[in-house]
Amino acid sequence: MMEQIPFIQVENMKKYYPVKGGIIPHTTGYIKAVDGVSFSIMRGETLGLVGESGCGKSTIGRQLVGLEEPTEGSIYYKGTNLSEMKKEERRKIRTNLQMVFQDSYSSLNPRKHIYEILAQPMLYHKVSAKDTVEKDILKLLDMVGLSKSVLGRYPHEFSGGQRQRISIAKALSLNPEFIVCDEPVSALDVSIQAQILNLLKSLQKELHLTILFVGHGLGAVNYVSDRIAVMYLGKIVEIGRAEEVFRNPVHPYTRALLEAAPVPDPEAEEKERGILQGEIGSSAAPPTGCRFHPRCPYAVERCGKEEPAMVRAADTDGTASGHYAACPRIVDK
Amino acid sequence: MTDAKNRKNRKIATESYRQTIIRRFRKHHLAAVSLGILLVLCGAAVLAPVIAPYDPDAMVGPFASAPSREFLLGTDQIGRDVLSRLLYATRVSLLVGVMATLISTVIGVVLGLIAGYFGGVADMLIMRFTDMVMSFPYILLVLVAASIFKPGLWNIILILGFVDWPGIARLVRGNVLSLRETNFVKGNIVAGMPLRHILFSEILPNTVAPILVYATSVLAISMLDEAALSFLGMGVQPPAASLGNMLNGAQSLTILTSQPWLWIPPGLVIVVLVIAINFVGDALRDALDPNSEKR
Repeated sequence: MMEQIPFIQVENMKKYYPVKGGIIPHTTGYIKAVDGVSFSIMRGETLGLVGESGCGKSTIGRQLVGLEEPTEGSIYYKGTNLSEMKKEERRKIRTNLQMVFQDSYSSLNPRKHIYEILAQPMLYHKVSAKDTVEKDILKLLDMVGLSKSVLGRYPHEFSGGQRQRISIAKALSLNPEFIVCDEPVSALDVSIQAQILNLLKSLQKELHLTILFVGHGLGAVNYVSDRIAVMYLGKIVEIGRAEEVFRNPVHPYTRALLEAAPVPDPEAEEKERGILQGEIGSSAAPPTGCRFHPRCPYAVERCGKEEPAMVRAADTDGTASGHYAACPRIVDK
Repeated sequence: MTDAKNRKNRKIATESYRQTIIRRFRKHHLAAVSLGILLVLCGAAVLAPVIAPYDPDAMVGPFASAPSREFLLGTDQIGRDVLSRLLYATRVSLLVGVMATLISTVIGVVLGLIAGYFGGVADMLIMRFTDMVMSFPYILLVLVAASIFKPGLWNIILILGFVDWPGIARLVRGNVLSLRETNFVKGNIVAGMPLRHILFSEILPNTVAPILVYATSVLAISMLDEAALSFLGMGVQPPAASLGNMLNGAQSLTILTSQPWLWIPPGLVIVVLVIAINFVGDALRDALDPNSEKR
């Protein structure tokens, strides 16, 4: 059981968006949204994906659920390459991979009431029959903490938190094994955020879901994730168990992210913060070598020359937790 | 105070979408009145065979007699009853307007959906064709078409229908372009829903409101165009009456000055119809917009 096949495995995934320009429109360059990313998610695990806006974390999520195709690289679903599958097979798998979007305002059709929104996909995929669909929907609503009274109402009649609950119910309605949560709480009030995070956590335990949680709030991501991957400019710079990455960040970018997070204790001593200098680089023309080196306080000459590989980082507690970072200076430190 | 507010909110929360639309529509008094007038005119047009006092094409009285007890709106130069002709003319004009609008809406919606959703080459071809139709001198196109095909009721309907769609196609395409990027459409793609569901159940219902509003103005425009074409003699051909060719019969100065009953009624009906349709369209736009009222 130890060496099982990962539920989702991503190998060297790249996503380039062509940039058109010129008088006669032609491709003048590429936005390298995701540039060679590999990771895997085990069954029942939550992987958190953090990084600045525009670092490509949402793009990865969209590719996993099939909204976009990777330019290069492959996605393995339970050991089979998705791009080598037949269309029929892929369609079947698709219902198994669902998504919860950031903006709950636009993720529910304003012209349909909740019953229609939830029932239509279930009936189409024959997850539920005509005479049992109402019962199944009520079960779903119960799971996400909503009552029967929501069924006949329209999305605009609900608050953001309630709408997000409905979105989660919709994602769960097809009995998926894997859910991509694309910043599901960043548009919500802090108090509501906690509720939704708790809901996700308990649902995951209950239904044994596998989750990719995309977010930029470190606290939220840490709270729900078993493992965390930190992204910078289309690349993963550090990956490891959540507490490991938090307690013992190795990559300078992860450190900077953690230091930038506000401490919710007014009595806490004002600590020295290594606020990052400069702007995030351009994903059309990323810096050579380590992409973070123009902003890195520890950068040395060779950082700008060779692209760093993922290196195993030392563990604090001595266990092999699979903590990796892409910084050539880990070994030196 | 807060209690009353709560009650009001609860009322709004429990009313159906249709009730909301009706409530908002009724706030526009002008539109409500216009709708009433439209219903009366449409009723009169539909019931023309029943309520018209005379056969519209038959010579039933003296030539060009002024309104009287016997002929409420007088008679025209060859002794036909103007009121009867007016009723039948309204019927023809409304038929032309409604049918032409239906045709152009169907063409516009289909082309707009395809162009907006699939994008790429399909979008390019459809939109360039749309631009072409739009940039063509409108009245000239209709005149040429009317002279190639024999002028007549159904030809007018078809010609107007095939000329009025570019606006709708553009409107639909624009809406589809933005709707295609919304999360609920993406969510349904992720949920593996078929294309027909996404196009007709998710996207189309969200563009119905602007289409309906635009269609009302197309309705008004195509009725005006029919009147203009018939006035020029390229539209509905006599002896059949249409509002335009009734005006056509009143071109000379003597008629304009001394026999106003020949041109005022059809002119008035056109004006009233077009204004009423436009008011209703305006009110519809406000009533159908889900964002027009924030609770």
